[in-house]
Amino acid sequence: MIPWFAASSALLFILGLYMGFFVAPTDVQQSEAYRIMFIHVPVSILSMLIYLIMAGYAALGLIFNTRLSAMMANALAPTGALFAFLSLWTGALWGKPMWGAWWVWDARLTSELILLFLYLGFIALHASIDDPRRADRASALLAIIGSVNVPIIYFSVQWWNTLHQGATIKLTGTSMHVAMQQSLLVMFLACWLYVITMALLRVRSIILERERNNQWVMELTETLSPRGMKL
Amino acid sequence: MNQKSVEGPSLAGGLSLTGLFVLIIRRDLVLAMRRRADVLTTLIFFVIVVTLFPLGVGPELNMLRTMAPGTLWVAALLASMLSLGRLFSADYLDGTLEQMLLVPQSLSALVLGKMIAHWMASGLPLVLMAPVLGLQFDMPAEALWMLILTLLLGTPILSMIGAIGAALTLGLRGGGVLVSLLVLPLCIPVLVFGAGAVEAITSGMSAAAHLSLLGALLLLALVFTPWVTAMALRISME
Amino acid sequence: MLEICNLACTRGDHLLFSDLNFTLNAGEILQAQGVNGSGKTTLLRTLCGLVKPTAGQINWSGKNIQDLGAEYYAEMIYLGHLNALKDELSAVENMRISAGLAGCEADGEQIFAALHRMGLRGRENLPVKALSQGQSRRVALARLLIGHFPLWILDEPLTALDVGAVQLIQDLIAAHLARNGMVIYTTHQPLEVAGVTTRRLTLS
Repeated sequence: MIPWFAASSALLFILGLYMGFFVAPTDVQQSEAYRIMFIHVPVSILSMLIYLIMAGYAALGLIFNTRLSAMMANALAPTGALFAFLSLWTGALWGKPMWGAWWVWDARLTSELILLFLYLGFIALHASIDDPRRADRASALLAIIGSVNVPIIYFSVQWWNTLHQGATIKLTGTSMHVAMQQSLLVMFLACWLYVITMALLRVRSIILERERNNQWVMELTETLSPRGMKL
Repeated sequence: MNQKSVEGPSLAGGLSLTGLFVLIIRRDLVLAMRRRADVLTTLIFFVIVVTLFPLGVGPELNMLRTMAPGTLWVAALLASMLSLGRLFSADYLDGTLEQMLLVPQSLSALVLGKMIAHWMASGLPLVLMAPVLGLQFDMPAEALWMLILTLLLGTPILSMIGAIGAALTLGLRGGGVLVSLLVLPLCIPVLVFGAGAVEAITSGMSAAAHLSLLGALLLLALVFTPWVTAMALRISME
Repeated sequence: MLEICNLACTRGDHLLFSDLNFTLNAGEILQAQGVNGSGKTTLLRTLCGLVKPTAGQINWSGKNIQDLGAEYYAEMIYLGHLNALKDELSAVENMRISAGLAGCEADGEQIFAALHRMGLRGRENLPVKALSQGQSRRVALARLLIGHFPLWILDEPLTALDVGAVQLIQDLIAAHLARNGMVIYTTHQPLEVAGVTTRRLTLS
């Protein structure tokens, strides 16, 4: 299954980038610089979505004590962190020509940065616990707390932002050209497939890593997850 | 050894939930009093961090006045991170925590007791110290009062959220740094509303909205964090 | 009555034991045996509900201890290999807290009686850090006397105890069994309770 996801992701990436950079028309206000949007937007949306999915898997793992969901949560975290980082990076690249600064303390940017911190906390906690079971459960709890906190954090940052800045920089809501929409959609799908590919790859290596030490772990994962065998 | 006393002394009666709650708070406060150095360290750290800011940015009073709420709040946040390590680790190391997980009353109530005692020993001194430091920044009187009020509402939340982090990182190497990494992002709303309220007062606006949001956060934390921390402790002790 | 059905436990990736079955009735005593690392402590901690078993279940009077929770904790007492005492606090202060954590409200008289019973007369108000290893262990054991707990789970109760204290513990256990109590323990020292056959469970 993994090669299929990987191949379709790669194909869509090429298609999406082609459409984004050559087919989509130049923006009137932002000229060529807006094209970074084709990476920035899908990556930003996914970075938030992945956190929710991760927390969902974590909750499943904690409630039903299934090992595979904990492993999935664990496998999604690095990709999520990467996307959050990419989102900030591309945002900075986009911000420099648009706003004249690499970084502005915009509510969305700040929240994204905090999201990156949450990802890093999750990964760091998981990495520093040796016992895999405790690591899974502890980081699952953290992911859930984080996801409950995300709306509060987002709200507080927005509040803080409106308090401090008279005029916040808002993205101009001009109606999008059809070609832009299409390439955005293609890029979104490409990123989504990339996430699935990476998560499956990681979960496979996590399972292998854990079963290497002991025969019974393999048996347990097999009984718990028929999907584990197909990977 | 006569055979009669093998029967043992008269047996003790049951302890109520409130009884346990009070017992735990008293115990942790007595322990804090016997290890006064720890309490003082946190306080001194707070004072030093706050003092460093004027040294870093210059002694201009106008700038210091605008910076004061944020500076004091950030320093309070850092100082309360510093003391989190002590919340459960001593009990973990000497085996008391195992006994705590076996309380027949309620682990959440016990945890809440520990949080409150921890706040009284580490958060409350910060609250009392803050106005003195605020004077260094030439804060007006009403802002000082607001600072005390927001810290009074906010530092318990920091102790409570911090307790979750302390419970999750129990017995891990590099636990102290890890706790900060986990807890600080979650404390951002407290910082925003706390410092925001003081700032609102300084700039002549009403702080009512900030305060009510801070109060709401405190209530939420009171309801949920003891329960979550109890869960985290059970995970970490397994 | 404590029933253990098909219990299995793991530590990290390592399977400690599986398919463990036994029943402990009122007035019975059971010793868990095994070499170091065979999972004795994990078994005891599992029986306390501190560790979730990988498989199987533990029933107390016919009900799963996971569901019983607090009810079970009110009827058992666990003594770990750590004493759970605070160095800065005196023996009496420590006892009051241990009693509270076990769910009892003990007054000074009961605490003093328990400490005297454990041979700690005159040491009641010393901070625990001034006591020797054996004396600290006695303070920890004194909490067995503070309330009535049908089930005693003792992890290495005899560590650091002298001959007299070992005899004392044996008497206490005998009295507890005579009152229809139950005891599960591990030890590396001989512990013989007069007039009772100790059942043995060997973990390999």
